[in-house]
Amino acid sequence: MNHPVAAVDLRKSYNGRLVLAADEFRLAAGQVTALVGPSGAGKTTLLRLAAGLETPDSGELYWFGRPSNAADLAARRRLGFVFQMPRLFSGTVYENLAYGLRLRGLGEGEIRERVERLLQQVGLSEFSAQVARSLSGGEQQRVALARTLITGPEVIFLDEPTANLDPPNVKAIEELVTGYCREQGAAVAWVTHNIFQARRCSQQLVFLAEGRVVEAGPTHRLVQEAAEARTRAFLSGEMIY
Amino acid sequence: MLQGLREALGMLWGGDAELWGIIARSLLVSLTAVALAAAVGVPLGAAVGLRRFRGRTLLRRVLRTFMGLPPVVVGLIVYLTLSRSGPLGPLDLLFTPTAMIIAQFLLALPIVAALAAGTVEGIDEQVREAALTLGATARQAEYKVLAEARRGLVTAVAAAYGRVAAEVGAVMLVGGNIRGYTRVMTTAIALETRQGQYGLAIGLGLVLIVISFLVNMIVEAGGEAR
Repeated sequence: MNHPVAAVDLRKSYNGRLVLAADEFRLAAGQVTALVGPSGAGKTTLLRLAAGLETPDSGELYWFGRPSNAADLAARRRLGFVFQMPRLFSGTVYENLAYGLRLRGLGEGEIRERVERLLQQVGLSEFSAQVARSLSGGEQQRVALARTLITGPEVIFLDEPTANLDPPNVKAIEELVTGYCREQGAAVAWVTHNIFQARRCSQQLVFLAEGRVVEAGPTHRLVQEAAEARTRAFLSGEMIY
Repeated sequence: MLQGLREALGMLWGGDAELWGIIARSLLVSLTAVALAAAVGVPLGAAVGLRRFRGRTLLRRVLRTFMGLPPVVVGLIVYLTLSRSGPLGPLDLLFTPTAMIIAQFLLALPIVAALAAGTVEGIDEQVREAALTLGATARQAEYKVLAEARRGLVTAVAAAYGRVAAEVGAVMLVGGNIRGYTRVMTTAIALETRQGQYGLAIGLGLVLIVISFLVNMIVEAGGEAR
């Protein structure tokens, strides 16, 4: 299987406290990998390390089969990241979507065409000229996702993008991500607290607890017959903390 | 008092050369000082806000401390530096508008730099990371942080202008309040008050406030243009 992101023995500490020790982590092309586990399990840390937003204390990380390097702009531009908060820039929705394309040196004509097309796909056309930060939380997060998708990433990292959103926006985001993943063959790493979301959207599942990968494998298999008691308990909806 | 006010307005309307000269000089001195402080202070503040380097915390603390420097102390330092026996005495700058610009520049610089640093730091990680994940180089991401911070940067410059336009201690010391040469609005107000010309002093005070208002309006319009 093709693994655009792979990591071995990633270790990360903050102020002398080990927060992550992931022996193995891989993302498969064309599949959504859900990262689940209780709060403080190290999900977001693992995601940020894999995306190159933070540097591990030790371990190996590969992007597209080569050792990762934050200075490797070409490789970085094949990755996308959506944060828990939308982090939109000032200016209009259009300007937010155009930003990544301008960085890639596209002409204004092509940018306009691509932005309009994508806004139509994600159902945000009517908001194009609106100040992005004046939209509702759910709409802003959809803009943030669209801003990432328009750059055509082969890997998308999602850090609980639907936390605190209303069901229609959650549904819209889930459909956009799974649709993009399927159609473009992109690898998706999706941190979520919501086990039902993980079951709905992911093909692969990584269960973390206390900074370690407890268990990983196909979602349907883990849901039915997880080897670890903690994984079973978490996936069946028990309180694990 | 009312009579003095009427007098001041009459002089303004009547195009009184001395009064208009004072206003023009005030603007020239303060705007030049603030423009120079912005040219140095915004990059300095941005560096403190964006970069991680040795001595950064100390520098930030020094800038914040200097935000509250008493103008008269800055005036004294510039005075001693420019006076005949001072290190820059041979330049013969004491009691010139240039000396006043130097003093106001020193007052404005820490305000611009410290406020700029605070603004940039406040939005740094959020915007920088978002820009990086969208494919920006480190430099492009920093530029994006500055672009997003522009309102705060404008406020920093406006605050610095407010401070220097209103101060009297430094310009009085290093300018000497020479009629037609280094007399500006604040020193004129001090002089008129001492001479019992309260009305004229109040009139000048009102003009000073109106000008500050206009300058702020222009500066803000510039900050919101994009």
